[in-house]
Amino acid sequence: MSGRVLVGVKRVIDYAVKIRVKPDHSGVVTEGVKHSMNPFCEIAVEEAVKMKEKKLIKEVVAVSCGPQQVQETIRTALAMGADRGIHVEVSAKEYESLGPLQVSKILAALAKKEEAQLIILGKQAIDGDCNQTGQMTAALLDWPQGTFASEVTLEGGHVKVVREIDGGLETIKINTPAVLTADLRLNTPRYATLPNIMKAKKKKIANVKPADLGVELASKLQVLRVDAPPQREAGVKVESVADLVAKLKEAGTI
Amino acid sequence: MLFTVSRTRRLRQCVSRLLQCRYIQKEHPQTNGGLKKAISAFTSVCGEDGVSTGETVREQHGRDESVHRCRPPDVVVFPRCVEEVSALAKICYRHNLPIIPFGTGTGLEGGVGALKGGVCFSLRKMDQVLDVHQEDFDVTVEPGVTRKALNSYLRDTGLWFPVDPGADASLCGMAATSASGTNAVHYGTMRENVLNLEVVLADGSVVHTAGKGRRPRKSAAGYNLTNLFVGSEGTLGIITKATLRLYGIPEAVVSAVCSFPSVQAAVDSTVHVLQAGVPIARIEFLDDVMVDACNKFNSLSYPVTPTLFLEFHGTEDSLDEQVRTTEEITSANGGADFQWARDEGTRARLWKARHDAWYAALALRPGCKAYATDVCVPLSRLPHIIVETKEDLIQNGLTGPIAGHVGDGNFHCIMVLDPDDSDEVQRVHQFTERLARRALALEGTCTGEHGVGLGKRALLREEMGPGAMGVMQSLKESLDPKNLMNPGKVL
Repeated sequence: MSGRVLVGVKRVIDYAVKIRVKPDHSGVVTEGVKHSMNPFCEIAVEEAVKMKEKKLIKEVVAVSCGPQQVQETIRTALAMGADRGIHVEVSAKEYESLGPLQVSKILAALAKKEEAQLIILGKQAIDGDCNQTGQMTAALLDWPQGTFASEVTLEGGHVKVVREIDGGLETIKINTPAVLTADLRLNTPRYATLPNIMKAKKKKIANVKPADLGVELASKLQVLRVDAPPQREAGVKVESVADLVAKLKEAGTI
Repeated sequence: MLFTVSRTRRLRQCVSRLLQCRYIQKEHPQTNGGLKKAISAFTSVCGEDGVSTGETVREQHGRDESVHRCRPPDVVVFPRCVEEVSALAKICYRHNLPIIPFGTGTGLEGGVGALKGGVCFSLRKMDQVLDVHQEDFDVTVEPGVTRKALNSYLRDTGLWFPVDPGADASLCGMAATSASGTNAVHYGTMRENVLNLEVVLADGSVVHTAGKGRRPRKSAAGYNLTNLFVGSEGTLGIITKATLRLYGIPEAVVSAVCSFPSVQAAVDSTVHVLQAGVPIARIEFLDDVMVDACNKFNSLSYPVTPTLFLEFHGTEDSLDEQVRTTEEITSANGGADFQWARDEGTRARLWKARHDAWYAALALRPGCKAYATDVCVPLSRLPHIIVETKEDLIQNGLTGPIAGHVGDGNFHCIMVLDPDDSDEVQRVHQFTERLARRALALEGTCTGEHGVGLGKRALLREEMGPGAMGVMQSLKESLDPKNLMNPGKVL
């Protein structure tokens, strides 16, 4: 086994920012808004770095697809302990329509090229909330998948994954190479410290184009419209039970 | 003051509070018409949803996390930028309306109570982190930014703002109350970590205390206006921006716990650790009553004696040395059961007792409330004052487990009391006064970090003496001649 783990990291709008929809309803405002690594991707990076610290794997490679700015996100992964990065260059225009299917094709191609033993991704991105990339990547590679992982144990040629499911926890054993997606309780990601940020500047980030990997970026999906959730209306105070009943009837709820 | 009430007076106050909370039309120092005109002027500055006279909103802005009762303002305004704050202040100035700045309402000394009614300036809509300068280790924030929000924002930069008063407080609010916390022994308090402030005075003028946009790490230019406003508790101006000093996130953290046969032994260890030059990050003291409460609350089994909880920040190598030196010192002072841990899980377990101290204290007497005293004395006086204080507690039948930032000589008695037992309320009040005076007699201060607020004004006068009080009074008169800024607090 190569001992190499590929970790996908996505640059998204920071979770603490108040999202605003663009006036033309084509999307959300991203100009001048704080971006950071998707929280589930942070958990994925942390898991991979922990495996390396325990000497269970040899190398952590952080991958991100997008325009120039995603290099910041790759650098954060490097500061957390990833060894090198791969920036898959996607123009800003193409990025607007980049979705899980294209990203999975890219990751699948990279996994083959890098002879990865494991791919660890966040379970979903907090902007798209698709929760598809991990599953699609596994399908394209015909690899087993351990999704919604809250505990991961590497054992020789297998991985034991405890998954968070509706009914509780499910423990599965899958062969490597495999795709894992990280859920919230898998670990608590470390902060990047200044000395590690400095060291990360010296680590390499390779640039790759999707065409080099034989991947077509054209999307078959088109976003028609984005709307903000309806504004919360003020409550109405009523003085009596009769009043309450009348208002409920008015609103058609009884 | 809060605790000096008899049962019938409490009932009367209860009724008057109900009435007070419902009024808008009541008689007032400023005329009814004046307030109405002011409110419509506020609306043209902040918009309809930037002004509220709703009862619940006003009540929410009339209380903090202290035991002082709710004193709601007449109206709450929500400005979105410093220009709006200035315009609103001008209106208040014209109509002689008191101005009460409000951050997160997490203060502990009743600082936001609108004793004379007036206008509460809730600054929560101004919530931007403005400029992070990574290489210069500084950041500028608006008053709606809380400590945890800032540290979350900064997490990718490797920097953090370490002043940690416990609550997730507004940073500008922390500047206004000169907040401190468990980290102060290593990183300092707000006084050491505010580089510049943008302040709006009572008449609406905007002042940059260190010059607009300036952020040198040190300066000898002119009077130190920045530190004049730090700790002024809203009585001199409204803070609308703060430039703060940042630090590198520690590479590694080690936590430790050690028990001692006496308070003296614990404090001696603290002094020796500091003298040895160990750059200790947190050094917290829990007395035996507190440890017992924590054991019961969390099913732990720490020895029921004075205990120190320690935290070290540094590089992997320096931590080894720090821990070794500290262990030698504690053992030389009779310390036992020195446990330490590096991984997050074990560290959390070791420190759980300290983290849950407040709740553990409350659990000693279910159904009661808690009030934290706050005095600070020179380190060498700490054993003396703690021993005397514990005797006082026992003599007067009071529940007051002690937790303290022993590296600063600052400690809190968590007074657990039944608010409906007016005799106990009275006894706690008297105890707190005795404690404060004890600290003053030992060359200390009546408030290490919570501030003066409503309840410690008389103690402040005793502490400062007429000379310093005279200067403070002149400053107040010069910056706020109409006494509109948070009247009834501090002075």
